[in-house]
Amino acid sequence: MTTQSVDPLVRVRDLVKHYTAGGLFGRAAPVVRAVDGVSFDVARGETLALVGESGCGKSSVGRTILRLQEPTRGQAFYEGVDIFSLDRNALRQLRRRMQIIFQDPYSSLNPRMSVGAAIAEGLEIHRLSTRAQIPGRVAALLEEVGLDPTYARRYPHEFSGGQRQRIGIARALAVQPSFIVCDEPVSALDVSVQAQVLNLLTDLQRQRGLSYLFIAHDLAVVRQIAHRIAVMYLGHIVEEGPTDQLLSDPRHPYTVALLSAVPEPDPTARRNRIVLSGDLPSPSNPPPGCPFHTRCFHPLKSTRCRTEVPVLRPVSGTLAACHYAESTPRVAEVSVA
Amino acid sequence: MTRVLEVDNLRVSFPGANHSRFNPVDGVSFSLQRGETLALVGESGCGKSLTSLALLQLIPAPGRIDRGSVIRLGDTDVLSLRGEALRRIRGRRIGMIFQDPMTSLNPVFTVEAQITEGILAHFRISKAEARDRALRLLQEVGIPDPAERLKAYPHQLSGGMRQRVMIAIALSAEPEILVADEPTTALDVTVQAQILEVLDDLRSRRGMAVLLITHDLGIVAGRADRVAVMYAGQIVEEAPTSRLFSHPSHPYTQGLFASIPRIRGPLQRLNPIRGSVPAPAAWPTGCRFRPRCPKAFDRSETEPPLIPIGPDHRMRCWLAETPQPDSPR
Repeated sequence: MTTQSVDPLVRVRDLVKHYTAGGLFGRAAPVVRAVDGVSFDVARGETLALVGESGCGKSSVGRTILRLQEPTRGQAFYEGVDIFSLDRNALRQLRRRMQIIFQDPYSSLNPRMSVGAAIAEGLEIHRLSTRAQIPGRVAALLEEVGLDPTYARRYPHEFSGGQRQRIGIARALAVQPSFIVCDEPVSALDVSVQAQVLNLLTDLQRQRGLSYLFIAHDLAVVRQIAHRIAVMYLGHIVEEGPTDQLLSDPRHPYTVALLSAVPEPDPTARRNRIVLSGDLPSPSNPPPGCPFHTRCFHPLKSTRCRTEVPVLRPVSGTLAACHYAESTPRVAEVSVA
Repeated sequence: MTRVLEVDNLRVSFPGANHSRFNPVDGVSFSLQRGETLALVGESGCGKSLTSLALLQLIPAPGRIDRGSVIRLGDTDVLSLRGEALRRIRGRRIGMIFQDPMTSLNPVFTVEAQITEGILAHFRISKAEARDRALRLLQEVGIPDPAERLKAYPHQLSGGMRQRVMIAIALSAEPEILVADEPTTALDVTVQAQILEVLDDLRSRRGMAVLLITHDLGIVAGRADRVAVMYAGQIVEEAPTSRLFSHPSHPYTQGLFASIPRIRGPLQRLNPIRGSVPAPAAWPTGCRFRPRCPKAFDRSETEPPLIPIGPDHRMRCWLAETPQPDSPR
């Protein structure tokens, strides 16, 4: 790991989250290895994107470091404080600093609570405002996220998806956090509204010095907001690096494939789409060795890939977990079947 | 070229307040040639899915297709059909696949039962022959180990495999037209690429026409021959794909392009369309895009028709009649 003169705001080390599923009708319950040893840092004012396809464990990482669910193993620190060892009171204090916004704000807003009451809830729990100050604070937050302050009296069902996401953001901002987990915040939105919300998140970061852990599956969206990207596959980070570097010269074959599959709105773009064979293996029965070897197209793929788990190591500008990362072909070099 | 489908002035209405009716699809016209892919593109609520459902008279009550709408399938006037005659069209001449294969597949029947059901309904063949056909279809849509998969239930398959099964079912009656309504929206990006390959491959091999309904211009770019952009129940721009992407002309189409995050090229702040799509019952008079349009002018208060602006290129905007430099994007 790199040595940094300034401590990161959030530091995660060897995080593991396993779920024990079912055990229905007395069958042995398989263990789902959702997150299987993940480490990363998020600096102040920085956006780290956690990217991957469904089931890769990216959302579990976000929820576990906020202790919305308990970790199986590993450590997470906020400003050096060990998040996983906190008692209820200390955890509540910490939740002022660490917030989350969800993909579908509708399911996270109480339908019978007015927008104003939903935004004020955090202010009341953490006693951040006097009763008299609350309406003014709520109005200011609504304005900050681009909504009319009079909306405070209305209810969630009266709003469109984009407006609800803005309400979700206002609610997270109310307690003045410095770190926000954004869990697929624009995935459910139409493209014109998605762009509005991405711009809003960018502006808020600049104005408030926020740090984001931005969980997403869309690399083009992530490019718009992230300073660094970590690509996840089957519970592991397989590549991590600065956004420009990782997108222009990916070193892990999975990153190369993911990048090649992004549909580009340009009919003249040279299309060399790598179509991965087969399905994602089940996280309850991951393959031995490199988790990606069952679908890998690397020309040097060998028995070593099937037996030895590759570690995340520096390779020309990014960290990549591939035994042969130095010679990973670029998208243009891969012959398409 | 053979025209397989013609839709003219399609209007779908639903009851609104005070016994009024409103039109979420309001005067949509397009045609589809054999072997062609036409993409209907737009954001939620633009009417693209209702348009596709109307093709088979599948508009859910209390909605209905208004008098004056025309849907012509070859020589058949689809909207005059009822009962058995309509059932012979559904699946047999127009096949459909939807966004979420899990809700379209029946969880308590095997893949084999669900594919052969359609085959046996449309063809006079034995069960064994139907099973053989089902097997070949699974091969054709790229399902590995098809004999084993025939015995599987939907929950035993991944999302990508389920969508392939849906495509196999849609193809089972050998339709002339395949309507694909957001076929890859629920799938991961690497699986999406696989499914789009399958659809493209089938179209060229079978000479099927494809109506691709999507919100994603990225999918359209490599696949469709022509694109129709919908906004507020109407087609607002229509052109051959390369023309639409090189000369997007309607302010809404231009706004869509400016909102899309790009994976390559210079990184710029996105320039989204202001506001959001109004509800169908509250569409503005005159040009429906007017309240959100940066180029609205006095003529926008009158509703514009689709006006030709180039080779096979039309848009619903009065700017078409205002001389403009023909500048590429």
